[in-house]
Amino acid sequence: MAKSLTAQDTRTLRPEERSIFSYMWKYKTLYILALPGVLYFILFKYVPLFGSVIAFQDYNIFKGMWDSEWVGLEHFRTMFEHYDFMRILGNTLLIGLYDTLLAFPAPIILALLLNELRLIFYKRVLQTVVYMPHFLSWVVVSGVAVGILSPSTGVVNTFLGWFGIDPIYFLGEESYIRSILITSGIWRDSGYGTIIYLAALAGINPDLYEAAEVDGAGRWKQTLSITLPALLPTIMILFLLHIGKFMDFGFERVIVFLNPLNTENGEILDTYIYKAGLLQQQYSYTTAMGLFKSVVGLMLVYIGNLISKKTTGESLY
Amino acid sequence: MNHATQGQKIFNVFNIILLTAIALCMFLPFVNVLAQSFSSSLAVTTGRVTFFPVEFTFTNYLYVFSDASIWRSFAVTIYITVLGTLINLAATASLAYPVSRQEFVGRKYVVMLVLITMVFSAPLIPNFILIKELGMMNSLWSLMIPGAISAFNFFVMRSFFMQIPSELIDASRIDGCGELRILWNIVLPLSKPVMASLGIFYAVGHWNTFQSALYYINKPSLWPLQVKLRQMITTDDISIDPSASQFSDLAHSSPEGIKMAVIIVATIPIIMIYPFLQRHFVKGLMLGSVKS
Repeated sequence: MAKSLTAQDTRTLRPEERSIFSYMWKYKTLYILALPGVLYFILFKYVPLFGSVIAFQDYNIFKGMWDSEWVGLEHFRTMFEHYDFMRILGNTLLIGLYDTLLAFPAPIILALLLNELRLIFYKRVLQTVVYMPHFLSWVVVSGVAVGILSPSTGVVNTFLGWFGIDPIYFLGEESYIRSILITSGIWRDSGYGTIIYLAALAGINPDLYEAAEVDGAGRWKQTLSITLPALLPTIMILFLLHIGKFMDFGFERVIVFLNPLNTENGEILDTYIYKAGLLQQQYSYTTAMGLFKSVVGLMLVYIGNLISKKTTGESLY
Repeated sequence: MNHATQGQKIFNVFNIILLTAIALCMFLPFVNVLAQSFSSSLAVTTGRVTFFPVEFTFTNYLYVFSDASIWRSFAVTIYITVLGTLINLAATASLAYPVSRQEFVGRKYVVMLVLITMVFSAPLIPNFILIKELGMMNSLWSLMIPGAISAFNFFVMRSFFMQIPSELIDASRIDGCGELRILWNIVLPLSKPVMASLGIFYAVGHWNTFQSALYYINKPSLWPLQVKLRQMITTDDISIDPSASQFSDLAHSSPEGIKMAVIIVATIPIIMIYPFLQRHFVKGLMLGSVKS
């Protein structure tokens, strides 16, 4: 194909005569430019996706994917029969649920409060402060938490001491780990999460508020009948995206807080997959877990989308 | 606003107080870390440090800067941040530009190819096996190549390129510019805002790299700063070995103080670029959300 059609030749041809290949040849630079990127996605995103078949095998690192023995759903069965798995699944769901109930609304409330602030300069200052923690790594966040929560040197326990409360070893007891995971998430990300809501709030037509004021609606009434309905589409879309990540609380933010004393309540699927998969090399078993996690996540998005479409008309697709 | 009722006035005052309290909650933990890093061992271990250094000292920092392994981790992080970000921008732009042009037949398929990876992603182990098979274990490439293009950033950049009028590009073609020259001399100079904001996002990501380093790097000499920091936070026995350093007063530094000093050192670059960062990320985020 594309013998030696120069740009001139192509231009003299009529559109219907012009073959698609000669057209592509004319812009070959574009294809050459795009090729590495396409190969990147195939190699680093699709090859591992198809590599997930090892979940149905007894993968042996020396035999490789092609020669390892097929075992069907064996690993999935072991998984559901295992006490550890059910505990960890429970943790994952519980932490996901708390995160949805507490961390998801936090930026909405914060954005509404910031929006009501009429001191523009002070609002800017506050925004700068609350965005900041988002850019700290989870390791730094956990370091800060370890620092302020320490029973002997932590400032939190110093404060508690002023009220006569004995020092608490927050990170050393399994009863606090979930609260710490959720709180640190709110601390790090709720400020940053306000950006998108504040933008949506800025887009509301001010005439609406003026009209409402003329009609005698107070701030609270205005919030209920103008601001919230205007925010609803944004909230719904972000909520659906959040649901999709329900099982994906995040490896980093959990592993940095885990220690042998709080693992019982803090371990989630991602951290378990890392420990059992990479450190103990149970490759097939943990891949099965990973697949299970992805499938449940997909189902949640699908169901959430369906419900949202039926009730509010908003949907991702 | 001029006729604020009594209730609204009360609310305004309450709102200011509440927001100030929230902002302080975000800010004060960091002040505490800073104060501890500048406090003496005795003051830290007896829990006397709140928001101001007690018995001000530099010994924690002297320890940090006298530790060769922290320097090495610092150097590794700078290396992957600079080189990795350049790879990110080059790779993302070279895919996003062709796909943004009308002339590119089949751009829908490339968009699908990328979009699907945002919905389905492979579990950890197959990714790990791939990196292993590619011989990237214990190589810094494993921290830069597998994340070369972020699907989200690809879409942001593509939608930016799509806004560049195609008349401009057609005109340059008629003037005899090759596609590469158009990209280099016309498109990229016009794309400085998107390059800057995505570049900063990518750079922050590299600076904070922890997860992939934990997976793929076993050699302590190749650990990025975050892994080193994590290791220092979890192991309580930071060996204060006076012979390892020329500072005689190292005995006055405490493990807690040293940890806090490393946290500060690992965070300072982020704080320094934060003003630039803040200018760009709102725009970047908006651009990304408008698309969807």
